[in-house]
Amino acid sequence: MVTGELMSGAEIVLKALADHGVEHVFGYPGGAVLPIYDEIFQQDKVKHVLVRHEQGATHAAEGYARSTGKCGVVLVTSGPGATNAVTGLTDALLDSIPMVCLTGQVPTHLIGNDAFQECDTVGITRPCTKHNWLVKDVNDLARILHEAFYVATHGRPGPVVVDIPKDVQFAKGKYVGPKNIEHKTYRPQVKPNQDAIRAAVELISKAKRPLLYTGGGVINSGVIASKLLREFVKMTNIPITSTLMGLGAYPASGKNWLGMLGMHGTYEANMAMHDCDVMINVGARFDDRITGRLDAFSPGSKKIHIDIDPSSINKTVQVDIPVVGDVAHALEDIIRVWKAKSHELDKKALAAWWKEIDVWRAKDSLKYRANKDVIMPQYAIQRLYELTRDKEVYITTEVGQHQMWAAQFFKFEDPHHWMTSGGLGTMGYGLPAAVGVQMAHPKALVVDIAGDASVQMTMQEMSTAVQYRLPIKIFILNNQYMGMVRQWQQLLHGNRLSESYSESLPDFVKLAEAFGCVGLRAEKPAELDDRIREMIKTPHPVLFDCRVASLANCFPMIPSGKAHNEMLLGEDVSDEEVGTAIDAKGKELV
Amino acid sequence: MNAHQQPTGSAYFLDTSKKTVETHTLAVVADNEPGVLARIIGLFAGRGYNIDSLTVSETIHDKHVSRFTIVTTGTPSVLTQIRHQLERMVPVHSVADLTVQGNSIARELAMVKVAGGGEKRMEALRLADAFRARVIDASTDSFIFEITGKPDKVDQFISLMVPIGLVEVSRTGVAGISRGPEGMKV
Repeated sequence: MVTGELMSGAEIVLKALADHGVEHVFGYPGGAVLPIYDEIFQQDKVKHVLVRHEQGATHAAEGYARSTGKCGVVLVTSGPGATNAVTGLTDALLDSIPMVCLTGQVPTHLIGNDAFQECDTVGITRPCTKHNWLVKDVNDLARILHEAFYVATHGRPGPVVVDIPKDVQFAKGKYVGPKNIEHKTYRPQVKPNQDAIRAAVELISKAKRPLLYTGGGVINSGVIASKLLREFVKMTNIPITSTLMGLGAYPASGKNWLGMLGMHGTYEANMAMHDCDVMINVGARFDDRITGRLDAFSPGSKKIHIDIDPSSINKTVQVDIPVVGDVAHALEDIIRVWKAKSHELDKKALAAWWKEIDVWRAKDSLKYRANKDVIMPQYAIQRLYELTRDKEVYITTEVGQHQMWAAQFFKFEDPHHWMTSGGLGTMGYGLPAAVGVQMAHPKALVVDIAGDASVQMTMQEMSTAVQYRLPIKIFILNNQYMGMVRQWQQLLHGNRLSESYSESLPDFVKLAEAFGCVGLRAEKPAELDDRIREMIKTPHPVLFDCRVASLANCFPMIPSGKAHNEMLLGEDVSDEEVGTAIDAKGKELV
Repeated sequence: MNAHQQPTGSAYFLDTSKKTVETHTLAVVADNEPGVLARIIGLFAGRGYNIDSLTVSETIHDKHVSRFTIVTTGTPSVLTQIRHQLERMVPVHSVADLTVQGNSIARELAMVKVAGGGEKRMEALRLADAFRARVIDASTDSFIFEITGKPDKVDQFISLMVPIGLVEVSRTGVAGISRGPEGMKV
């Protein structure tokens, strides 16, 4: 393409996508994006994936982005197309997922007229995007698209929206390439301040009970950040825990791994958070699911906080040494300074700290009561893990108890293999996310660990999986309840189970057949392994109806308003509560 | 299993701390692009920050750069958070907390309409003279004064006009700038 040659707005869109190396676009056509769809039809560089609902497109793009480190791209029409994308945009904003969402808009002369399928897309998406643009002149289109990719992927990643009126898609304009195109003013700080690095190293070197608390920022910083993190842990022998979003940055098989922390974190991770003397927060944001009661949060520690977003620092927890910058850069600098000064931690103190941690570990806070007759949900995930551990496996989840059990019992060894909705907690995330992950990794085993309630929210995307022959596995822990809602009602509302029972559940096996994929069911622990093996072997999408104990609760748990050292452990729950109810409800439905 | 006994019955920990609230004046330099005012107002509304006063105008026309002066109240940590949240917005170039910087000037303009006759009319003119307010419109039974100054001077003038026959007031809100030779990063 010669610079200066005139192209239509729709051509410019496809050219820009190709120039940014976009291979897959998740979308749904409609009146206001037809010119772009016409261009998609006439080229073969960018592959379009037709979803069944725009929310599905956004979650698929999130799964795609999170499993590859690339930017997810979504294309939807005006009005309902854009409003349906809002949940996924907000989800991507809260979990810092890079995403470019292109929305069609009514022609510029109709904007503000309540035209058919018109909505104020930039107004609606302003609070749920990192930035957004309405393109009113085709000659701005190429620049704005390049800026959009720049903003989405630089600094703290996030979703952006480019709203393109239909007349701009038809109009002819000049294309400029993406070379050297940045946003004109947006320059997030990537390299950390070296004084802060030196102060952080100094503080860590004097620690007696240090702890690494890592988060999604390590994943977003790229594979190199995980490598550096592992190197630093190996050098120093500091214990490490992680948020939900950061799982996989440090391997679960690593000897310094304490498990996830927070509301449903392990006893050892939360106790270590409470009792440490130096906390090193690497790319996490002191979320309320992590901190619990703020005035009792890690009261005796000095805190270092590495974050690329200055507004995350001192937002809820006051820290002693803020380090603003990209995690990989910060870790690289910390390791360099640490080595240059030949620092070593106080071996005796560290050994004593590990001894204390080992006592907490011995509590085995994830233990649950096994059952011969009923599949315990924790057991189902343990078996799923054991039977897939020799494979390249990517896990997505919906939101609820199954999500927490997946985080507790599935052992993640590598970054970018765990996709879950952490910040927004979007039920219905996992199935379309699995579609996106499988699109990016056609040969891998992609499993959505789901709940019976969540999975029904975006169930229609099974049709997408069938259309594109994406052999995703939807592993439904079916307890016939909105399990986490029910658990909270039991804990907080006198066990009045208001509207949390999944009445009239579909027969998932027949449903799978209706979609043209494979349905499997496991009802007894004895048959679970065979069914899981069958699922793995099946080269098609699978809906796996795993019937699990109805009333199992997710423990350990920090009850609301409590501190890390006030956890509820699973052993507090009586046999009757779990056991008897399983029989009654379980038999009724089988 | 005593979670149900806690008073709130909520997932969230309620903050009952009563920290001192301060009023600060922020200056914000941003691209004058469509929606930038909505973005800034939306940030304050969405995160529950206060706006006591907000003024904005394009200040560098050829670069399409606007300058906002925002007067806001909050605890020191909230005020820092507001600054950081503003700074990370894509079209925002720079943010300065003029109150923290200390050496700054804040001015406001008001147009004050006063109606009445006889002695009250004379009293209004005397007070206006004392406050250096100018008469910018007059009829046989009313005046409009233009007054410029610090917000509390404007407040004071308006309150004095109430018994004399204050009809209505139009105020611009505060514009702020730091003293000395340095300017804000554009």
